[in-house]
Amino acid sequence: MLEIKNLHVSVEDQEILKGLNLTVNKGEIHSIMGPNGSGKSTLAQVLAGRDTYEVTEGEIIFEGKDLLELSPEDRACEGIFMAFQYPVEIPGVANTYLLREALNSVRKYRGQEPLKHIEFAKYAKEKMKVMDISDNLLKRAVNQGFSGGEKKRNEIFQMQILEPKFAILDETDSGLDIDALKIVANGVNALRSPERAFVVITHYQRLLDYIVPDFVHVLVDGKIVKSGGKELALELEDKGYGWIEEEKTAANS
Amino acid sequence: MSVDIEKLAQQEYKYGFVTDVDQEIAPVGLNEDVIRMISAKKDEPQWLLEWRLKAYENWLTMKEPTWPNVHYSPIDYQSISYYAAPKNMPKLESLDDLDPEIKAAYDKLGIPLDEQKMLAGVAVDAVFDSVSVITTFKKTLAESGVIFCSISDAVREHPELVKKYLGFVVPANDNFYAALNTAVFTDGSFVYIPKGVRCPMELSTYFRINAENTGQFERTLIIAEEGSYVSYLEGCTAPKRDENQLHAAVVELIAHKDATIKYSTIQNWYPGDSEGKGGIYNFVTKRGRCVGNNSHISWTQVETGSAITWKYPSCILEGDNSVGEFYSVALTNRRQQADTGTKMIHKGKNTSSTIISKGISAGFGQNTYRGLVAIGKDASGARNYTQCDSMLIGDKCGAHTFPYIEVKNSTAQMEHEASTSKIGEDQIFYCQQRGLSAEDAVSLIVNGFCKDVFKELPFEFAVEAEKLLSISLEGSVG
Ligand SMILES: Nc1ncnc2c1ncn2[C@@H]1O[C@H](COP(=O)(O)OP(=O)(O)OP(=O)(O)O)[C@@H](O)[C@H]1O
Ligand SMILES: [Mg+2]
Repeated sequence: MLEIKNLHVSVEDQEILKGLNLTVNKGEIHSIMGPNGSGKSTLAQVLAGRDTYEVTEGEIIFEGKDLLELSPEDRACEGIFMAFQYPVEIPGVANTYLLREALNSVRKYRGQEPLKHIEFAKYAKEKMKVMDISDNLLKRAVNQGFSGGEKKRNEIFQMQILEPKFAILDETDSGLDIDALKIVANGVNALRSPERAFVVITHYQRLLDYIVPDFVHVLVDGKIVKSGGKELALELEDKGYGWIEEEKTAANS
Repeated sequence: MSVDIEKLAQQEYKYGFVTDVDQEIAPVGLNEDVIRMISAKKDEPQWLLEWRLKAYENWLTMKEPTWPNVHYSPIDYQSISYYAAPKNMPKLESLDDLDPEIKAAYDKLGIPLDEQKMLAGVAVDAVFDSVSVITTFKKTLAESGVIFCSISDAVREHPELVKKYLGFVVPANDNFYAALNTAVFTDGSFVYIPKGVRCPMELSTYFRINAENTGQFERTLIIAEEGSYVSYLEGCTAPKRDENQLHAAVVELIAHKDATIKYSTIQNWYPGDSEGKGGIYNFVTKRGRCVGNNSHISWTQVETGSAITWKYPSCILEGDNSVGEFYSVALTNRRQQADTGTKMIHKGKNTSSTIISKGISAGFGQNTYRGLVAIGKDASGARNYTQCDSMLIGDKCGAHTFPYIEVKNSTAQMEHEASTSKIGEDQIFYCQQRGLSAEDAVSLIVNGFCKDVFKELPFEFAVEAEKLLSISLEGSVG
């Protein structure tokens, strides 16, 4: 479904991703872990099409299409979703309004009729239950004054509404209490299907107890330096990242 | 960059067509003869002609104001024609008599003049260049005693009212443009709501400039008698032309005891092209007097057009407990400049005023808010709330605020909030990631910003205003 080959990305002439390779197939869940500043969010933003990041080398193929050729909105319409590490506030724009506009824009791209207010409300109702989103939160301005946990839940709620094919979740578990963590995990699991894939960026293996990944990758200094199964996450939690880097140095010498 | 805010694409002004009608146009230039000619055309009484001539005399001694924060080459007032009217204009008894070209023009503007086709509950006065071509629903309105007609008709049919109230709010020598308007005004709307009547429909005037090289000088007068209510809306468009055209209107509102006037404007005059060529100079004086106790005047404006806008819809709060409101959205894109705001003059006791101003600048647009809140020495218990927000799109545009406050009574309560924000690329990206184009994202964010003003508009027009704002923003992101 998604193939990233030898990806090099720079910001302001500073190279952040330095030859990253990753293949994600339908139905899979991948987790990416790694130290602060290693380039995890950068990867997510590049997939979503943020133009402050310059791709200097490599390619990204999504469902046979050259992703780097597509605008951010076309990527979204093609079914790529990113849950932001830091969701932005948009004063005056009701959460529900943005979502309906977004959904209808995606539907239009797919040649479907737009949903009317009532249809949308009905559709959203179900998803609100799953994500424990109140009417009030739906009516309020996008993320404005939301607590940290509410913002994260709202991201996954948006994902529920848009039903993407591929989602990359950037530290959606950070700042969540245990109940909210379960809700978020539920929201992701409810969308799991043989047709969908997820990449979950996290610092804590705790999330992976609820969203069980097929693969765990370690991103250090702009490259994936180690991949494994779920047990790798446990090992990382135990030992930190130091040993991987030592292993790498040993292998190179 | 996918959101290239620098790149100003050419935006198409959708109302820029010219209608081909036989026009009668006065020779260019301004002198007493032209004024006499206008007055004669309209069959005016002597007092009105004299009032015009006196204003003209005053105007000759006055100087164009230079304090507004706008820049343009000097206007040559002798190169403008002061009167243009479609030829063969008998008094229209029915729509069938209206020149089909003019009717088609209004259809094209989305203002069908057929009563059957119109927005239910909205009566329209259509002003084409210098004259009112038709007023709809006159009969329905007359049943409740409401007078809604062109000001020229009012001069003939209701001379006592016109004589009493014309200049009651804006004196002939009030300012340079008001004096000019007084000398040469050609048409506009007249509204009279009798005592205790709630006007049964929305009233609206649609101003259209069509002729070349002419100025439009309309005059609107609205009188709400004791305990009455009226909601009035004006809309404006003009063809695309390379020359600048002058529009200098005067609007006067009078609210008696317990009366309410809601006045809304959707101003979409041709703004000029991306280089700043052409466009309307919109220099207008709008003012209301809350003469009675518990009277209420509310101005709502959505200003998206014009090359230059200079206007300060104001309220003089004379009656005790009277209320003045000003809700404004002003958008400047491309090379547009706006200097707009309000004056709230508190004279009566326990008077209150609210000012909510939303300025949006994009492209090379320059947007200035200028407001005065004055609390007189007898205005005990006066209150004002002012909120003044600016939004910048891109980094070539500007936002400026000049709030003036004069308080002569220590019991006044004043509250002022102001903010300036920039549409963030991260906000646009966030919306794009959810599937919206950059342009839709900007209009979503801007409409959110303007929400507090749009909710003051009559419902039918709030939707219109949102659309208009989106169109006017086209090209502000590339
Ligand atoms: N827009 C930017 N401008 C300048 N530097 C940036 C920008 N975005 C990222 N960087 C830098 O790139 C590096 C990688 O950042 P990134 O956000 O991808 O890290 P991360 O792995 O997500 O870290 P964390 O775990 O703290 O979220 C950091 O050194 C960061 O400072
Ligand atoms: Mg990060």
